[in-house]
Amino acid sequence: MSLLKVEKLSKEFGGVHAVEDLTFTVETGHIHSIIGPNGAGKTTLFNLITGVYTPSSGRVLFQDRLVSGMKPYELAALGMSRTFQNLQIFFNMQAIENVMVGHHLHLDRRFLPSLLRLPQVTRRDRECRDYCAGLMEFVGLGKYLDADAASMPYGALKRLEIARALAAQPKMLLLDEPAAGLNATESREIDEVIKKVASSGVTVVLVEHDMKMVMGISDQITALDYGRKLAEGTPAEVRANPEVVSAYLGTNG
Amino acid sequence: MNLMTARTGGLAALAIVVAVAPVGFSNSYFYDVGVNAMFNAIVCVGLNLLIGYAGQISLGHAGFFALGAYGSGILTERYGVPAIVALTLSAAVVGILAFAVARPILKLKGHYLAMATLGIGIIIHIVLKTEAGITGGPDGMSLGNFKMLGFTIKGDQMWYWVTGVLLIFAVWLSLNLIESPVGRALRAVHGSEVGAEVVGVDTSSYKVLVFVVSAVFASVVGSLFAHKNGFITPDIGSFFGSVHFVTMVVLGGMASVYGAVVGAVILTLLPQLLAVVEQYEAMILGVIMMGTMIFMPKGLLPSLMIKLKSREAGR
Amino acid sequence: MFAAFLQYLFSGLTSGAIYALAGLGFAIIYNASHVINFAQGEFIMIGGMATATMVAAGVPLYLAIPLAMVASMLVGVAMEKFAVEPARNADVVTIIIITIGASIFMRGAAQIIWDKEFHSLPAFSGETPIAVMGATLMPQSLWVIGVAAVVIVGLWYFFNRTMFGKAMLGTSHNRLAAQLVGVAVKKVLLASFALSALLGAVGGIVVTPITFTNYEAGIMLGLKGFSAAVLGGLGNGTGAIVGGLIVGIAEAMASGYLSSAYKDAIAFIIILFVLFFMPSGLFGKRGTDRV
Repeated sequence: MSLLKVEKLSKEFGGVHAVEDLTFTVETGHIHSIIGPNGAGKTTLFNLITGVYTPSSGRVLFQDRLVSGMKPYELAALGMSRTFQNLQIFFNMQAIENVMVGHHLHLDRRFLPSLLRLPQVTRRDRECRDYCAGLMEFVGLGKYLDADAASMPYGALKRLEIARALAAQPKMLLLDEPAAGLNATESREIDEVIKKVASSGVTVVLVEHDMKMVMGISDQITALDYGRKLAEGTPAEVRANPEVVSAYLGTNG
Repeated sequence: MNLMTARTGGLAALAIVVAVAPVGFSNSYFYDVGVNAMFNAIVCVGLNLLIGYAGQISLGHAGFFALGAYGSGILTERYGVPAIVALTLSAAVVGILAFAVARPILKLKGHYLAMATLGIGIIIHIVLKTEAGITGGPDGMSLGNFKMLGFTIKGDQMWYWVTGVLLIFAVWLSLNLIESPVGRALRAVHGSEVGAEVVGVDTSSYKVLVFVVSAVFASVVGSLFAHKNGFITPDIGSFFGSVHFVTMVVLGGMASVYGAVVGAVILTLLPQLLAVVEQYEAMILGVIMMGTMIFMPKGLLPSLMIKLKSREAGR
Repeated sequence: MFAAFLQYLFSGLTSGAIYALAGLGFAIIYNASHVINFAQGEFIMIGGMATATMVAAGVPLYLAIPLAMVASMLVGVAMEKFAVEPARNADVVTIIIITIGASIFMRGAAQIIWDKEFHSLPAFSGETPIAVMGATLMPQSLWVIGVAAVVIVGLWYFFNRTMFGKAMLGTSHNRLAAQLVGVAVKKVLLASFALSALLGAVGGIVVTPITFTNYEAGIMLGLKGFSAAVLGGLGNGTGAIVGGLIVGIAEAMASGYLSSAYKDAIAFIIILFVLFFMPSGLFGKRGTDRV
């Protein structure tokens, strides 16, 4: 069954097509990678799917429901959650609070009970804190439970975003270059985290430059170039595709 | 120190300060200044939710303060409405007004938001000055004591205790909110709007909510101020009134509930202390505003906390 | 009917020219540093007050004017050096408080250096009104509009034809790139404050014979200059000029035809209305936030 359908999606910025006439589907339970050279439109695609940008034309269906034009927070409520290539951390908060914001939709967030600190609010909040601590352990941030986000290193922040996105308990998790800027060890650890997430039943859409990672963990790959689809298929199929090879290595490759 | 003890400890400390301060009060003038300091503190605790926690500036909150004051004045004096009803009605009207303007203006960011809120404040000020038939115009209007259930709040001393209890209550509400999922969402809006949106936080609604809450805080205090003072003029809603509130928040410490209280108390006391050098008052205020922002951009209280922490760590 | 309209238009153009100069002052500093200088109105006040008091003390006008301009520029430079420069990279609210603090300081100083009274200047070329199709035009209004026009042309030349002007403009587009090609960004910042202070002073000097001035005169002029700048789209020079004229003319028309009591509110009503529908002003850059 397909969880996400992208149909003839286009986005223009002042005459430049960042994404053009793109169609593909993501199957439930898969790790689906989007690859392509810099400027191929991968991040724009993420922004279109998650509602950060509105498409110029085309549509996005999530669980067979038309979702293009919806706001990011509405999509989050439907079960879509993401991380960012350039971090969008709440640096004014503790690490664990970042993750707890991720769990926002599952908490009692009525205004008056919050203002009056009614017991049911605080009880749910304590449970939330424990749950989020568990998620931090899960992504390997156990030693940062009491840390301020502003004091954490880059690699840890990358994982913090993953934990925050997971706290929303998404059906589909979109990861925008989770391994960028990480060293080999860290990148292998992220790799493990992604596999664990996928095996827990969450569909993962991944934008990544680390080809070793992509080829190793993806079920399906869509390759983009200049905003268009270049190729798609299993890692083996995509690797064998001459157009993909030439886009990555130059025409003589 | 865990959160529970920090919380109850802070509230207890505030209660003790409020209770013990009058020991040094030798006459009713001190109580009067104390009441005004606490009025400002309550406004700032509300405004800090907007500026410090949610990261949205407002240069127009004195307008809401003045609307609360005039709402109470007009309703009690002209229509004989009981004071508490007038206060509530005024707060409701201010809340509705704030709600109506909040959605379009809170789409704005940075300087554009500053401009829009400033504009709202100035328009309110001008309306209060101009509609003399209702407000008494620049000459102001008088109003009577705050009576409730056969009980009258009068005299600086009684006002001091009432306001003290209200301040502690306001701080308690504000702490509750900040530590709740709602408050976390507000702080997340400050940290990264898009980061908050993608995990399900409807950022525009939260911005509207906190704008309305802070406006209602200002309105309620405005009503009380009007009764306490017995006389109000449109100038309580001037641009400088708004600047004054924002300065208190920023001086004491953004995103610190107690910082807002400290800032309000300092800036209320300052003119009293500077009364001897009256003609230099404006210059000194200007220097304090610039100096704090340059050397302690986080504000007094957070900067002190950081110093204390690093000293403890150094041991 | 038409005469009245013309009368309001003249008065609107006169105050619009001042708002435009103030708006340009905001735009220049904003471009160079992304700072909104809430003390812009005080430059206007200093220009007017300094000239008026010097003339009253017997200094000839042709000497008082350049002295006042220099004084205002020195204040601008000092403000940049001691209040804005040390707080670079601070966030918007912090900088707003700093510049408001500077404006309160300047007003306080003006109160001491001068006084709280209103001061005036004699009109530059007499007070014989010029009759134009039933309306009357004061010669000083022509001075205001003319000087504003000359200043605007001069600014255009400076930013488009001189090396330093181009460097300033370049810095506003891309600070890092400007630094890389050797533009001294610090100098640009200083220059932007000096230039804005100069614009303010010029406006303050030419308008003083009409409106009089006192230590508080800068507040409203500054805020209206800010709305002119925001109306046109922050950092857009042409926008600031158009914004200033719109605010000035709308204000004059509204106070003529509707209610003079609400004259000061007009600028802010327009700005709210525009911002509701065009969150980046009339000519502001609209763009998608990159994430």
